[in-house]
Amino acid sequence: MNEKFETHEHDVLIIGAGGAGLRAAIEALGHGASVAVVCKSLLGKAHTVMAEGGIAAAMANVDAADDWRTHFRDTMRGGKFLNNWRMAQIHAQEAPDRVRELEQWGALFDRTSSGDILQRAFGGHTYKRLCHVGDRTGLEMIRTLQDRGVHLGIDVYMECAVTRLLKDGDRIAGAFAYWRETGRFVVFKAKSVVMATGGIGKAWRITSNSWEYTGDGMALAYEAGAELIDMEFVQFHPTGMVWPPGVQGILVTEAVRGEGGILRNKEGERFMERYDSEKMELSTRDVVARAIYTEVREGRGTEHGGAYLDISHKPAEYVKRKLPSMYHQFRELADVDITQGPMEVGPTCHYMMGGIRVDAETAQATVSGLFAAGEAAAGLHGANRLGGNSLSDLLVFGKRAGAAAAEHAKRSTPVNIEAADVEKAAREMLEPFERAAGDSPYQIHRELEELMQNYVGIFRNEEDLQKGLAALDQLQQRAAGVKVEGSRLFNPGWHLARDLKSMLTVAEAVALSARERKESRGAHSRIDYPKYDETWAKQNNVIVRDGDRMRLKQTPIDEMAPDLRKIVDV
Amino acid sequence: MSANATFNIFRGDRLGGELKEYEVPVAPGMVVLDALHYIQGHAAPDLAVRWNCKAGKCGSCSAEVNGKPRLTCKTRLDDLPLAEAVTVQPMKSFPVIKDLVTDVSWNYRVNRKIPPFHAPESVEWKMDQRDVDRVQEFRKCIECFLCQNVCHVLRDHSKQEQFGGPRFFVRVAGLEMHPLDDVSRTHLLKDELGIGYCNITKCCTEVCPEDIHITDNAIIPLKERVIDDYYDPVRWFLRKLKGKNNGA
Ligand SMILES: Cc1cc2nc3c(=O)[nH]c(=O)nc-3n(C[C@H](O)[C@H](O)[C@H](O)COP(=O)(O)OP(=O)(O)OC[C@H]3O[C@@H](n4cnc5c(N)ncnc54)[C@H](O)[C@@H]3O)c2cc1C
Ligand code: SF4
Ligand code: SF4
Ligand code: FES
Repeated sequence: MNEKFETHEHDVLIIGAGGAGLRAAIEALGHGASVAVVCKSLLGKAHTVMAEGGIAAAMANVDAADDWRTHFRDTMRGGKFLNNWRMAQIHAQEAPDRVRELEQWGALFDRTSSGDILQRAFGGHTYKRLCHVGDRTGLEMIRTLQDRGVHLGIDVYMECAVTRLLKDGDRIAGAFAYWRETGRFVVFKAKSVVMATGGIGKAWRITSNSWEYTGDGMALAYEAGAELIDMEFVQFHPTGMVWPPGVQGILVTEAVRGEGGILRNKEGERFMERYDSEKMELSTRDVVARAIYTEVREGRGTEHGGAYLDISHKPAEYVKRKLPSMYHQFRELADVDITQGPMEVGPTCHYMMGGIRVDAETAQATVSGLFAAGEAAAGLHGANRLGGNSLSDLLVFGKRAGAAAAEHAKRSTPVNIEAADVEKAAREMLEPFERAAGDSPYQIHRELEELMQNYVGIFRNEEDLQKGLAALDQLQQRAAGVKVEGSRLFNPGWHLARDLKSMLTVAEAVALSARERKESRGAHSRIDYPKYDETWAKQNNVIVRDGDRMRLKQTPIDEMAPDLRKIVDV
Repeated sequence: MSANATFNIFRGDRLGGELKEYEVPVAPGMVVLDALHYIQGHAAPDLAVRWNCKAGKCGSCSAEVNGKPRLTCKTRLDDLPLAEAVTVQPMKSFPVIKDLVTDVSWNYRVNRKIPPFHAPESVEWKMDQRDVDRVQEFRKCIECFLCQNVCHVLRDHSKQEQFGGPRFFVRVAGLEMHPLDDVSRTHLLKDELGIGYCNITKCCTEVCPEDIHITDNAIIPLKERVIDDYYDPVRWFLRKLKGKNNGA
């Protein structure tokens, strides 16, 4: 081991302090492990805090007919049957208990008239299923988990960014990171590592995601040899803000439609009739996003290139009570009073269905000692995620990952970290300071966002994807030569230089997988292959590292268990 | 709207620093955080700024804009007098790390002192929406720490060791008024969080971006509780019992 760097040793290292990471930490601690959580931002600021609409669980508090089977069926249908069905089953079965547990740890949900947790309608869910707290469900969730975790005794290393996973032969041995405040390096030694790092939305120009969403977990796991799966499936949420320019992409929660919001084009036509006359505004996100995009492209968009979303037919007091943060967001940032008139909305890059390939029961990745949960992991959502299924995913699989990681650590012999690996990780971080010339990381990032927006967006075709891949190749070369200014003290430019590498790796995985899947399914729409294809119904794209190259392969989807098949065939 | 705006931004670290001038092109609806990002992307790549949601939901982007504590992601340029330079400085009550980033770790240490939620065994998990509504106000807090920044007990008198600050009175109120909570935090309020130091100036309430009525709805009722419980412990017991019945 290297004595030069600050080193911390724990049984389980959890990278990420969102819902998935915190739930995993609480569980691992309960299994007797010593647990560290690292995160890039301050504690409580992860994406989970921004979640608005709610958490999906078949509690049947509002619609008594709901049960896990219906939730399972909805999830599989929403995901166009590419989902890992075992994960979808576990998720539907365990989500209600995870919500109750959260309540017992102090989360306060809105109530029904009989005093139970209130549930609201959301796209693709047959019944009213989303447990919520107005439109700030994620805040309630993360505070509850954060306080419980801290009081149980997890060690939190905040504003500490992991830049590399460390291995001992074929197994995970820990991670290399740096303190953002001082720029000093730090080594974490651990027998188990849980990736709970979230998504990759920052690779697109129009996005609801924060600076943290640079695909680190996926890229680090890939570099360490883990497989990524379903990378072509990027969710564009139908309703982001479109005006003014500075707020473009900021999310307008689906709860607006869940509470009765109506979509219209500039001619006043309720256009969802033409795309899904049955579910209308509450169709799945892939369908609604494409519908809005098509309306705009065909000249029926609003002044700023979106669609109108209107909830002003509901009583103003009701809107303010059920959608308070939307009310404030539009009033303060766009000068629009949503109780009086419509909002302008358009698609925004929102969520990554793909990610680290994991085992359904244990959340273990394809590298020994590595686990993944939450948005960084893949499988549950298939080709398209239903709203509300992420928050439940975080709890269900965060818990499982934490338990499995703790048990793995118990069974493992001590790990060893090679000094040479640590030196290499440190050198990689310092190089950008030493270059005499080079692009600014911000310049490369702007070009990446533009490229992904234009070539790897909602609608795709062979030519664009080829162009995108060629441009990515060029950007990767330039990114390897970026120059950083200033010192190591809290330096966002320096940080971005490292984030770029992760973003570019993940962007390449997305574009490669998208080019390969010659069909349209869920969030992946190929203009040149607009239909479902039988062959592609039966396989997932898998990305794996092969020396210094990225390799794409296909793996068949397991035959669904007969009892589950019966449920979805209804 | 004018084409350009001038920003004077604090650049420096624990050892000191100064205001530096930057020019930023103005777009409609632009907020101060957009301007900071523009400066990062074009003039000062190492400008240290915290942010996450860009929509007033995470409480990361607090700073002092023209001397007023604000969320920079919710401060519109068209609400500022752009004829003069806009000054952006870090929150004054916390030690500077670099530029606009301050060391807020003290807040996390205070939070650790507060006993978490606990419900009586075998409680039925039923609650009335009206009881829930009463506490939701406190639970909206996004931990921007702007209230901590303006409170004179911390800002001018540096009572960090004796005083928890408005944020944590809000937090305690969110727990104490939870319909099913059965823990008493009045000793904590009095002895560890020093609620007595608050002399109800309401500066905290004025800056809260979540419009939480910190003083009227959290601090004053908590002060009353401290007095009640101090002189009449039976009342605490009755209140908790009542809360439980309300919920059932
Ligand atoms: C605006 C918005 C609204 C949403 N609303 C809903 C909703 O209503 N219902 C729903 O189900 N879903 C919703 N989602 C989706 C859902 O919020 C996210 O998918 C989910 O919160 C992700 O949680 P997570 O635990 O996987 O990751 P996050 O909460 O994003 O946490 C990721 C963590 O990883 C850390 N991290 C990342 N990289 C590194 C690194 N290199 N080193 C150290 N730490 C690192 C980060 O600092 C962070 O702590 C919404 C998303 C957004 C953006
Ligand atoms: S009301 Fe009390 S807590 Fe609020 S700023 Fe004044 S002294 Fe501080
Ligand atoms: S109470 Fe208001 S001002 Fe204080 S930290 Fe919370 S949101 Fe910020
Ligand atoms: S960036 Fe989240 S509150 Fe401003």
